Amino acid sequence: MRQFLERHTFWAITILLAAAILLWMIFAVWPEWLVSAIGRKKTFVNTLLNGITLGGLYFLVASGFTLVFGLMRNVNLAHGSLYLLGAYIGYEVAEASGSWFLGLAVAFLAIAASGVLMQVLIFRRMEGEDLRQTLVTIAISIIAADLMLAIWTGTTYQFSPPEWLFGATTLPVVSVIRASGDPVFIKYPIYRLAVLGVAVAVGIGLWLFLNRTKIGMMIRAGVNDRQMLAASGVNVQLLFALVFAIGAGLAGFAGVIGGTALSIAPGEDIRYLLASLIVVIVGGLGSVTGAAIGALLIGLAEQFGLAYFPTYGVVLTFLIMVVVLAVRPQGLMGQS
Amino acid sequence: MDTRRLFSGNSLLAELRPGPLVALVFLLAYPVFASDFFIFQIGAYSLLLGTIALSLMMLAGYGGMVSLAQLTVAGFAGYLVAILGDNSVGVMGLGWPWWLTVPAAILAAALFSVFIGAISVRTEGIYTIMITLAIAVAFFYFVRQNYVIFNGFTGFAGVEPPTVFGLYWRDPAPFYYLTLAVSGGFFLAVLYASRSTFGLSLQAIRDNPRRMRALGYDVTLHRIAAYFLAGLIAGTAGVLMVWFNGRISPGSVGIDVAIDILVIAVVGGMRHPIGPFIGAIAFVLLENFAIDLIDRERFNTVIGLAFLLVVLFSPDGLLGIWGRLRERLRLGRSARQVARRERGGERQPAGSLEQT
Repeated sequence: MRQFLERHTFWAITILLAAAILLWMIFAVWPEWLVSAIGRKKTFVNTLLNGITLGGLYFLVASGFTLVFGLMRNVNLAHGSLYLLGAYIGYEVAEASGSWFLGLAVAFLAIAASGVLMQVLIFRRMEGEDLRQTLVTIAISIIAADLMLAIWTGTTYQFSPPEWLFGATTLPVVSVIRASGDPVFIKYPIYRLAVLGVAVAVGIGLWLFLNRTKIGMMIRAGVNDRQMLAASGVNVQLLFALVFAIGAGLAGFAGVIGGTALSIAPGEDIRYLLASLIVVIVGGLGSVTGAAIGALLIGLAEQFGLAYFPTYGVVLTFLIMVVVLAVRPQGLMGQS
Repeated sequence: MDTRRLFSGNSLLAELRPGPLVALVFLLAYPVFASDFFIFQIGAYSLLLGTIALSLMMLAGYGGMVSLAQLTVAGFAGYLVAILGDNSVGVMGLGWPWWLTVPAAILAAALFSVFIGAISVRTEGIYTIMITLAIAVAFFYFVRQNYVIFNGFTGFAGVEPPTVFGLYWRDPAPFYYLTLAVSGGFFLAVLYASRSTFGLSLQAIRDNPRRMRALGYDVTLHRIAAYFLAGLIAGTAGVLMVWFNGRISPGSVGIDVAIDILVIAVVGGMRHPIGPFIGAIAFVLLENFAIDLIDRERFNTVIGLAFLLVVLFSPDGLLGIWGRLRERLRLGRSARQVARRERGGERQPAGSLEQT
């Protein structure tokens, strides 16, 4: 922190100023000129929160994607399909058992198992052939999308989360002061805050797993030099299967979380695949921290785009990607 | 009769052999005996898809850049034809004459392709496929949401080819010959370009960019130039595509269609420009006649499985299967001859996608 301050004084000051302005915009009651310039404060705060929670959801999806790539150089373009399959499986289990949490757990385990199957049956046969692996994942995603359409049809499904996650909570943020002098507080859905909490927990969990455990150490070593790791006696195939299980499982997990926040329908697989792609391109392939930063950026860009210039929202996301590629082709946190 | 002679050497004319001649005569005479459905929906459509896939084959096979955005480039040209020319929707439709609309659309598409190239060439290999996929999806969502220029979800309808020389070019036979001329021209152009200095340096860059950079070649410029040429091909095919369909909408540039193009190129084979056309014919025949074998709804599963099998067992596609079959047949006939040739070291090791 102190080093950063000394080395990049300019950036440190800019970041601090931006953070201060942001905090002021959240907590202060907006003066007239600001409201007339960019609209009501409620819209702004809601968009901000939506963006952050959407970023959390994107992080859940993209962290698995980036983890798998980091170790195995496997760009799993079937990641979106795993997300959607997880959502469907979770839905079926939750409907049958009546327990949303059971659905979540089964979705994680089932998708993790299918990830292991993919790794053992297909990718192990073509190790080191990046492009062929990617083409295989495309083939899998085509088949998976079609079969899921056959089983679950084009209907939109909606989860019913547990009671206590339902409804809205009042935030300690004042939007306007009424003429009578009573402050009006902003309300926000509890479930979305829970999504954010889960994303942060998963992020911290992944960080601890990668940086504080022996297996995590092996994974990090594998990212740097696979052959050397294998030569030092680690069963690399087992490690690959484990990482694929975690990466795929996270996609299935995110399927239930995201499916509850929004809804499940065909086409969501492409949407989350695009989100994962852009998040990891921006954040840097193979970096979990990068995925977190990228997810936050893309989530915010998408929501602000949607709220303030609806038709060009996609372009904003896309522009972020282009600018990052132009300045840092390896991504914000990627290693060149 | 060395098969490889067709694939290398300098002169096209001196090497005309019976196979290609028969194919040419067949293609030219096809409308004489085929029904309108076969001319238009099978013949012209295969050539059309083959041309778009050819632009991908050129980038991927010679340049090592697997771009999933080639359909996006074609779709961009198609949209421009609807926007600059006439359409029946009442949005945009500036009413330019066709001789201005078509070159403008193709050129703009090529420039769009250059833009995509400029974004993606700074990264290599596997990243290209990701970035171009992201571009393709972003373009799809953009045209779907933008109502001012691209008329959003509905897109444009009533886009008509012009009536020139007294012929209405959407009639099956004229359209077929138009597509045949365009695709044949691009086929020969790609074949020629692959043997030109530019094509050879592009292939060398595919095999070893660092060495080429050290030799003083501008790697980035070569790649971007390849994107420009591929953009010309895809853009022209896009103009034909919008004339063929008479309409264009976000669904025409959807990610599933973009992946179909990749499937066509990979299934056909990326080592020779004829590959995409073989792939396209197989794809279109399957699309039209798979109904007899399976449920129409499950067509994508069949396509996905075919793609999976090809990638798993024959990375160089149908061309590769054909080549191996031919080798085996010949091996049975004159095993000694082949063995002698192999000893002579004349045969190249079979390269495949992994080179990229």
